Amino acid sequence: MKIEDLVEDDRGRGVFRVHRSSMTSDDLFRLEREHILDRCWIYIGHESEVENPGDYRRRTVAGRPVFLIRSRDGQARVFLNTCTHRGALVCRRDSGNALVFQCFYHAWTFNTYGELIGVPGEDAYGPAFDRKAMGLGQPPRVENYRGFIFVSFNPDAEDLVTYLAGARDYLDMVVDQSSSGMKVIPGTHQYTVRANWKLMVENSLDGYHLVPTHRTYLDYMASLGTDDSGQTLHNRTPATAKSLGNGHCVAEAAARNGRPIAHWHPLFGEDSRDEIAEVRQRLVEAYGESRAYQIADTYRSLLIYPNLIINDLMVATVRYIEPVDARHLEITAWHIVPREEPPKLHSIRLDTFLTFFGPGGFASPDDVEALESCQSGFRATEVEWSDISRGMLKSVPEGTGELQMRGFWRQWHANMQGFSKTNVQDREPADSESAAIR
Amino acid sequence: MNGQVNPSRSGLMMAHFGNPTLRQLVEDFLFKEATLLDEWRLDDWSELFTEDARYVVPTTDLPEGDPERDLVFIDDDIFRLRARVKRLNSRHAHREYPWSRTRRFVSNIQAQETDNGEISVKSNVLVYRFRSGEEAPYVGSIDYTLRWESGELRIAYRRAVLDQEGLSSHGAVSIIF
Repeated sequence: MKIEDLVEDDRGRGVFRVHRSSMTSDDLFRLEREHILDRCWIYIGHESEVENPGDYRRRTVAGRPVFLIRSRDGQARVFLNTCTHRGALVCRRDSGNALVFQCFYHAWTFNTYGELIGVPGEDAYGPAFDRKAMGLGQPPRVENYRGFIFVSFNPDAEDLVTYLAGARDYLDMVVDQSSSGMKVIPGTHQYTVRANWKLMVENSLDGYHLVPTHRTYLDYMASLGTDDSGQTLHNRTPATAKSLGNGHCVAEAAARNGRPIAHWHPLFGEDSRDEIAEVRQRLVEAYGESRAYQIADTYRSLLIYPNLIINDLMVATVRYIEPVDARHLEITAWHIVPREEPPKLHSIRLDTFLTFFGPGGFASPDDVEALESCQSGFRATEVEWSDISRGMLKSVPEGTGELQMRGFWRQWHANMQGFSKTNVQDREPADSESAAIR
Repeated sequence: MNGQVNPSRSGLMMAHFGNPTLRQLVEDFLFKEATLLDEWRLDDWSELFTEDARYVVPTTDLPEGDPERDLVFIDDDIFRLRARVKRLNSRHAHREYPWSRTRRFVSNIQAQETDNGEISVKSNVLVYRFRSGEEAPYVGSIDYTLRWESGELRIAYRRAVLDQEGLSSHGAVSIIF
């Protein structure tokens, strides 16, 4: 099948479908590497993960072994984790603090700037051996947007802020929750799913699956006395979705359950009411009523194209999706919190996270099951297409619609054909609607 | 010493390895727990806990993780633990319906009575899980604080620590580990 036929997008008839080979084909996966993972901005980590000089975090990003480190000058840098001599990994722990990295193989030594500072028996090399040129490799582009550090393996990539387009405003809503700044707390949720990475992107933005798939979670919340009781698919929380440019998308909804920033709920207890009101007041003073409403009283599931999800629901998780091959993805998920927060609210936050999110939560395991189930179903190759047309003919986007997924797939389809942008005509009428989710 | 048994030394050994009666008691209790879990008798399992119980599973990258401060996988009080059981019994916990087959091996049990009359337990656990053509072992240690209540041993604290570096073949901690 030709690349241009992998996505059928018929605005007039409201048809949008994706050929399932896009989620099973090894050839297409190789093409994704070339056209998407090697060209876009890819998230590597948050600056709070490397607070002090020498702090490092080892990661795999777009297939490359890399590490993020706070250099001695206080700047966060990213290095390709391979000795420039013969290739061995120079950073061999997942995290730690080190001011030098010595390759165990031949004992070449690098500092926190990646410079090669030690070569045993250097006098055996000829005049063409240039130690200064043998420092650790770096991704051609590294940029930090308000603590979120991204790399690009495309030297010609547009700058990160331009790339983020409309997603920048939504990232700001996460960062602006706290005047003290945000930090990632220790402990990560790392798990592998036997499914194509794009299924996880879809799932993370999918409002339609919430009620049927996560019934046990909703039942539990209802048993605690949240307003989710009696919610059905059709009268659910007012919600909307948007394409934000460059493949970034967001699904938004009015917060029904409490948010420590700054949406009180009876479940939090009377004793936290005043503290939350204070947080709220500070937001209003800093950003005005309308922006404070957006920050505090709405949920957002944000995709930073192609493979970073920020789910800022009751609490916020940063979820990186590493495509492993056509049939496997790896998740690394973090909990991002205000640097400073009243202890009671912080404790509510930690507890709230675990009910929904993660391998031991009441929701995420069922998403894993759903994705693996889809991937298994794809083996029935006679059924060639997946339908993503929900809400396509609506003039106003709905929370259970799939406009946000179509935004992702349109960008994917453009990229796969070698275009860096979708055609402006690719926007749906509902795309221009501003969010109105009060 | 030249092959001779030193009585005082064997006394030291006894002290070191703990009271065999206590260990047997604890072993019976842990074997019962393992059976309840393998047989999916989760309501009965939840009855083993005290009202102030806590069940913690730290993340794979931070086995020493503290749920008061760090991100963990599971940090249940008795209410969420019962809700977890209800969820797994509901047929709508899709990762575990149909139920997976599990087989638990519990060993290396060390038990010690503490000053307040509770029993502090360390154990090693290997849980095989089979489902949908996949098999994945959960390997690790489980520490307990056990307490006597109305003549029965109850779990006041259960901390299960995975040895795996990540949930590379599991996708979730969807069973009770």
